[in-house]
Amino acid sequence: MLDTLFFVVLPYLSLLLFFLVGISRYRKRPFSVTSLSSQFLENRKHFWSTVPFHYGLIGVLTIHLAGLLIPDTILAWNASHARLLFLEVTGLALGILALVGLINSIKRRLQLPRMKVVTNTSDWVLLVLLLIQIVLGILVAINHSWGSSWFAASASPWLWSLFTLSPDTAYVATMPLLVKLHIINAWIIIGYFPFTRLIHVLVVPNPYLWRKTQVVLWHRDRKTVRIKD
Amino acid sequence: MEVRSQIAMLFHMDKCIGCHTCSIACKNIWTDRKGTEYMWWNNVETKPGTGYPTRWEDQNNYNGGWELKDGKLQLKSTSRGRIVPNIFHNPSMPTMDDYYEPWTYKYSELFDAPEGDDQPTARPISMVTGEHIDIEAGPNWDDDFSGSPVYAENDPNLDALSADVRQQMFEIQRVAFFYLPRMCNHCLNPACVASCPSGALYKRGEDGIVLVNQKRCRAWRSCIAACPYKKVYFNWSTGKSEKCILCYPRLETKQPPACHHSCVGRIRYLGNVLYDASRIEEVASSPKEDLIMAQRSLILDPNDPEVIKAAKENGIPDDVITSAQESPVYKFVMEWGMGLPLHAEFRTMPMLFYVPPLSPVLSGSKGDITSNDTDDLFNEIEKARVPIQYLAEILGAGSVAPVEYALRKQYAVRMYRRHLTVGDVDSATAERALFEADCTREQAEAIYRLTSLPKYEDRFVIPPTHREQAIEMLKDPLEHKQGTGFGFISPPMRV
Ligand code: SF4
Ligand code: SF4
Repeated sequence: MLDTLFFVVLPYLSLLLFFLVGISRYRKRPFSVTSLSSQFLENRKHFWSTVPFHYGLIGVLTIHLAGLLIPDTILAWNASHARLLFLEVTGLALGILALVGLINSIKRRLQLPRMKVVTNTSDWVLLVLLLIQIVLGILVAINHSWGSSWFAASASPWLWSLFTLSPDTAYVATMPLLVKLHIINAWIIIGYFPFTRLIHVLVVPNPYLWRKTQVVLWHRDRKTVRIKD
Repeated sequence: MEVRSQIAMLFHMDKCIGCHTCSIACKNIWTDRKGTEYMWWNNVETKPGTGYPTRWEDQNNYNGGWELKDGKLQLKSTSRGRIVPNIFHNPSMPTMDDYYEPWTYKYSELFDAPEGDDQPTARPISMVTGEHIDIEAGPNWDDDFSGSPVYAENDPNLDALSADVRQQMFEIQRVAFFYLPRMCNHCLNPACVASCPSGALYKRGEDGIVLVNQKRCRAWRSCIAACPYKKVYFNWSTGKSEKCILCYPRLETKQPPACHHSCVGRIRYLGNVLYDASRIEEVASSPKEDLIMAQRSLILDPNDPEVIKAAKENGIPDDVITSAQESPVYKFVMEWGMGLPLHAEFRTMPMLFYVPPLSPVLSGSKGDITSNDTDDLFNEIEKARVPIQYLAEILGAGSVAPVEYALRKQYAVRMYRRHLTVGDVDSATAERALFEADCTREQAEAIYRLTSLPKYEDRFVIPPTHREQAIEMLKDPLEHKQGTGFGFISPPMRV
């Protein structure tokens, strides 16, 4: 029963919120879609929080994504013990990097008066959720080793069962408590995501790499509008 | 040739009295909101001085503008290759402390103070945190502080001067200063636009005004680092960049921008110029010593039939072409060669030009009395208190020649008018001054009229915007109803 609630209902609810709120916020309140950077108010501590946090988290998420998308490749890679160890250690190091960044960020926002002005309740909720998530992730990595293998072998099929609308909780039902908590908190974050400043992740500026250097916009159609003489 | 029209500006520095009316006019209209208190889209600096933000001209520190790398133009701060590290933490981003922390006073303390022997005082409180602060700097903290070892002597433009010249500038009898009113230059090669990863900044095709789309800005902060003039500002409350909009809602109704309109010294001129957009990159990549002339070569003669034909082919309306023909900016910059761009070496091709200031007559002491140190009626340019090399650093991209040309012309006009009105300059001297300044009597007369006697319509020749031809008008007016104009269409709520 609880398994159904946490591993079927919660994921679907979160995904629904993620897409519905995310898209409607982007369309109806585009002005609110921003990363709300605070670098302008304080520079040095900003470096020691955002940089480790972003690199660490992006690395960890990439490994999760690989486990989801190419589980067979990951399993094949892990066939060699040395390579498995390498992946585990990298994952753990990246997780700790993200944690260091997050803790610095929380400290920065608690300590500096200027920072308090630009941190609201929703930011605090988000920071706490992220803290719980990263700590759980690190604990999982320490207590239940070879996560990259069992993620690919059992979490990945469960996620696919969700995406293909034939949810099967059997894959996760037997997982240790820490892992379950990590998964549940992940879905909470995904559902909460579109309400927060995390929305900036969805608008990362890729076109910058191939657009023209200068942007010029016209408000009239030059070819048709000129009255011919 | 791709002809486009650009609204350009000209500031006659010789007339600026440093009253800051322009800054206040702007502030009252646009930047009195939360998060914008520290912004001065228009500000007036004392030169020599450190400016706002402090030492903004020092690009070794701020990394603004473009640089030439193997002959190719590249942003100094945020080239494409560096987007990934920069988007998390931009090392070239100035912080509020480079500007100043805005403050107000707690006036209620004047009334609430208990009865006592001392006068009650209203202490300053930060407009960011609401807490008491000690004021350390303001936007014009070094106002009129020439000669100061803290401010004037830290002016980045002094670095290129020889020790001799520097020392001269700070001799007590020679101390001089002038005002530099600054605002966004609405550049032809804007570094801010080029740097924005989201493409939120853009240049309007019809009139060249550079704007930030508030709906697309994501607080990546690249523009703030990239603009060498530090004229894009970060609103710390809304998490969006903001900048001078050249009062486009006013321009579209044929009124000059508020800073121009309110200018007490009437130093400001505004009009459009036609230019060849296909050559921007080539011109912006010219060697440093050619930059001033190269930028001028981009501006086209609006009376040339070839240009008019090409302009029409590119969809420029007739009345915009006529307006370019009457533009006061074109006269000062192109016909008379007196208007110079600020720090052309930043390579953004600024479209705000300055007429360099002729500094006052030198005086020295002869025995007990102070006397003018020159035999000349007006100060000779070479002996001016503000050395021409210093002006060249600011307005000549390091070259003295264009600055000297502009000063010589002003000097000649003064001599010529003195000859006509007072008569103590003889005709031969006036003629010689005109000849040396590459100026005819007619030209001198025209310069005199536009400098000293211009009417409102002479200073501001605003091209029509033709909003009625805008795409939204032709396609679906109802869809865009109430959709234009500045301001927060949805309230700036933090989510
Ligand atoms: S002055 Fe700065 S903000 Fe204005 S257009 Fe030029 S680069 Fe952009
Ligand atoms: S209002 Fe005019 S004269 Fe006064 S400071 Fe501004 S530019 Fe100078």
